[in-house]
Amino acid sequence: MEELKENLKAAIIEALNLEDVNAADIDDNEPLFGDGLGLDSIDALELIVLLEKNYGVKIENPEDGREVFQSINTIAAYIEKSKK
Amino acid sequence: MEIYSVADNIVSPLGTNTEANYAACRGGISGIANIQNGDLYPEQFYGAAIGEDIKRALNISEDNGYTFLEQLFIHSVSDALSHVKDLDKNRTLLVISTTKGNIDLLSESYTGPMDTKRSELTVMGNTIARYFDLPNAPVIVSNACISGLSAIITAKRLIEVGQYDHAIVAGGDILSEFVVSGFQCLKAISDEPCRPYDARRKGISLGEACGTMILTRDVTLAKNKGQAVRILSGSQSNDANHISGPSRTGEGLKLAVKRALEQTDITASQISYISAHGTATLFNDEMEAIVFDTLGLSDTPLNSLKGYFGHTLGAAGVIESIITMKQMLERELVASQGFQETGTTKTLNIIQATKAVAACEYALKTTSGFGGCNAAVVYKSL
Amino acid sequence: MQLQIQAHSIITPTSVQANGEFVLNNEEKHPFNLFGKELYRHLSIQYPKFFKMDELSQLAFLGTHLLTMHIENWDGDKVAIVLGNKSSSLSSDKRHYQSIADRSNYFPSPAVFVYTLPNIMLGEMCIRYKVTGENTCFIMEQLDVDFLHTYVQHLFEAEHYHYCITGFVDYSDSSYIAELYLVSSQKDTGAPLALDFDKNFNQIIF
Repeated sequence: MEELKENLKAAIIEALNLEDVNAADIDDNEPLFGDGLGLDSIDALELIVLLEKNYGVKIENPEDGREVFQSINTIAAYIEKSKK
Repeated sequence: MEIYSVADNIVSPLGTNTEANYAACRGGISGIANIQNGDLYPEQFYGAAIGEDIKRALNISEDNGYTFLEQLFIHSVSDALSHVKDLDKNRTLLVISTTKGNIDLLSESYTGPMDTKRSELTVMGNTIARYFDLPNAPVIVSNACISGLSAIITAKRLIEVGQYDHAIVAGGDILSEFVVSGFQCLKAISDEPCRPYDARRKGISLGEACGTMILTRDVTLAKNKGQAVRILSGSQSNDANHISGPSRTGEGLKLAVKRALEQTDITASQISYISAHGTATLFNDEMEAIVFDTLGLSDTPLNSLKGYFGHTLGAAGVIESIITMKQMLERELVASQGFQETGTTKTLNIIQATKAVAACEYALKTTSGFGGCNAAVVYKSL
Repeated sequence: MQLQIQAHSIITPTSVQANGEFVLNNEEKHPFNLFGKELYRHLSIQYPKFFKMDELSQLAFLGTHLLTMHIENWDGDKVAIVLGNKSSSLSSDKRHYQSIADRSNYFPSPAVFVYTLPNIMLGEMCIRYKVTGENTCFIMEQLDVDFLHTYVQHLFEAEHYHYCITGFVDYSDSSYIAELYLVSSQKDTGAPLALDFDKNFNQIIF
């Protein structure tokens, strides 16, 4: 799980062009949207692509992304759950 | 100075001229169908593609030196020009509206004979101008989904300042793997034909089309009398909110409509009909409903023509303006295809069945697009 | 109506100038993805969204920053943007095509696709500088001063704008440029320049 989270942080930083943000700066429980990293609707769609491309996990309805993308913890949990 | 649209053409999946396209709309026929074509997208989707029958009627060829889109432009402009007396070409401007032009040539899988240089919009524009022996360099507008109305507003302005007497405004875009895959990844494409303003709307249907309007200061230029409509005013704005989504409150669209009305001596209550953008995305239609409600236009009959043509991007503002003018001339308003039940927080007067009206003196056409841009044009019957 | 050019900026692969004054040289001949970031940091801009933009939008964004440094605030609805561009969004277009070239690795990127229109750069400028007036992107071979002068002059007269950002911004594999002019109908704005806006408006000699 820890490895997955680290891997996820690096992938998100790269995919979303989060310049000046390091993996260590992202708290596992920190909200990714709104105040946290200030991500927006395009970032959410990009995360959907990232999960499918890197982890083979599909999110068909963007609305479902809201819950999944709350934090690194929720994304990691979703990936783990989907893989089982 | 008064500027008129005196002749036009639409080529779309619904027909090769304005008459055929209008007949399809008033007959409730949609160009949107299920498409299973691996060259456009790996999976099936709904869109409005120009079919083989139309291609045959247009003599579309792969080796006549013109791309598919250029052939659509050439047909559309030729047909529109056939309805006006000879134009003084030195005093005529060609304005092209497109979002992606010949983007299909840049695909790695493109194997046709055309030079990829033709994907440059200036090269495409010059090719069309040269076909019609137009000596003035064409003006090319690329303002996302408002391009068509931008082109009409630009043509009107350049005639007003005295630089030209006439303008050929042509808008076109094709259905390509480029745009289909792009809108799919934005999760913006509906898995059924689009339903603008409806409670169950799920997104857009893409389409392909080309439309042409002949704008002039000389209303006698039309061969058929009684076909002219005046282009009264037009304005553009930006939401300054987000590059791919409209402002929730529609401040930008509100400003464009307000300014278009301010340029006239009429008020919002005198508008008899609105041809709205109505893409059938959740946010666009909701934003428009808020704007028209705030402007006191919620009782004004309104439709979206996307249910017939799909979203034709750079062609949309032009072909939807042509159907708008046709409705004004025919004194008839066509049903907003795909609408059944109100699906916006503010209720609009969506036209549910095609119907005759006593008069349609003033009509409002609006569009909104990526980049946060909005445009509004007011048309007046003569 | 007599309009003035009140500011000017130009970014090329070799150097950056604002109002005739040197800002930064690209001594190391870095490609734009490095030089653009260097300029961003040199200007001490704080706008993380910059890093999400494509090259064309970054160019327009940096050029506009240099052009509007003297402006504290303005009525956004009294500002228009009218730009010329040649290569459309070619760089992002190619990136989008790369993402769908392989059917077994078919992952079009939303963050790439949203930049595949040339007018998106105007949208980014509008968001950053709260511009809500007209914004139009014309495709042209090079800076067409005659056309832009006619269009912009008429725009001020017809719609009573206070400011218009005009010029030419283009990015392709072989080169890039952002050449911008701030045109104004307002006097005494404390602007760095006060030059007549005429049919030769690009022939500024400092």
